Amino acid sequence: MKKYILTSTLAALLTLGGFSAPALAGPEDVVVENAWSRASIGMNRPGAAYMTIRNTGDEPVTLIGLTTPLAMMPEIHETKTNAEGVSSMNPAGEIAIAPGESVALEPGGLHAMLMRLQEPMTEGDTFPLTLLFDDGGEVTVEVPILGIAARGPED
Amino acid sequence: MRRRAILGYGAAGVGAVALMLFVGWWQVDGPGGPEPVGQRPVALTEMDFRLTDHEGNAVGPETLIGRPTMAFFGFTYCPDVCPTTLSDISGWLDDLGDEADEMNVVFITVDPERDTVETMAEYVGYFHPGIRGWTGPEEQIARVADGFHATYERLPTESGDYTMNHSASVFLFAASGRFVTMIDYHEPREFAVPKIRRALEEEMEGAT
Ligand SMILES: [Cu+2]
Repeated sequence: MKKYILTSTLAALLTLGGFSAPALAGPEDVVVENAWSRASIGMNRPGAAYMTIRNTGDEPVTLIGLTTPLAMMPEIHETKTNAEGVSSMNPAGEIAIAPGESVALEPGGLHAMLMRLQEPMTEGDTFPLTLLFDDGGEVTVEVPILGIAARGPED
Repeated sequence: MRRRAILGYGAAGVGAVALMLFVGWWQVDGPGGPEPVGQRPVALTEMDFRLTDHEGNAVGPETLIGRPTMAFFGFTYCPDVCPTTLSDISGWLDDLGDEADEMNVVFITVDPERDTVETMAEYVGYFHPGIRGWTGPEEQIARVADGFHATYERLPTESGDYTMNHSASVFLFAASGRFVTMIDYHEPREFAVPKIRRALEEEMEGAT
């Protein structure tokens, strides 16, 4: 049996405590680490969020979607750069994570694309992002919003 | 007989491996290296386009002659690749320190419809102050891309908006306008900064 826990409370507490929200899903099967995003300019541009999703259980898990009050259309996207150096971005579909494996959402690869923002993403704020899994499980992480020029969770 | 045949295959195998290694070197580090075939920009002196920088100044390829140039394409509605490239470049410029002041760094939009002069000004303001933002009429952007042998394409998104596919490499030119090399997207900083120095040094050699 796969287990997921809601971490928004924990993450919110950590955020209040001044940590950059490591957003641990706890000792259960799915652990989300190093979540971060960049501030937006206004609400017309899509945002992107990054994190590492770790399956610590002994059964595969499949990420099928996202929800967040911040954006009407959050979706896992993948950026690909071809041999000619041309980058493109497309929905990544479902993402299976084998037991003991992790998937990195990082710049230039997979990202949580936040389309149709409901409010601007302001540096220093956080927002809840819920990962939806194929068995109905959910994990919510509180994602810190860093500066527009941030390069990673430490920036 | 059989043994000799095996030896023969063995020798052929060694030869094949050596060839593969050579081809690998050629493609990765050698002269066949980082620029994909047909992707090399022409010299800036052979380009012809008129754009406007983020401060409203008229600019063109001649603006870049006399100093080494780092140029790349993108658009400000780009959530992933462009802010990442701009952040990377900002980091490279920080690493270069004073040397960075000796070069042109230009971010050219492929989405002039949304990226007005004002939009470019706001956007580049979030990154290294050495980065200039250039925009202009669509047909002029097309001419720039032509000269760089860069490509871009507008694509609708599910959100009813559109996004742009585009060349994500960073192009380096010597002060003479000659194309030197490019930095591929995601190339680690330890490779990028020496490449930039190469473009900077090229100028000094040309000057002597
Ligand atoms: Cu995307």
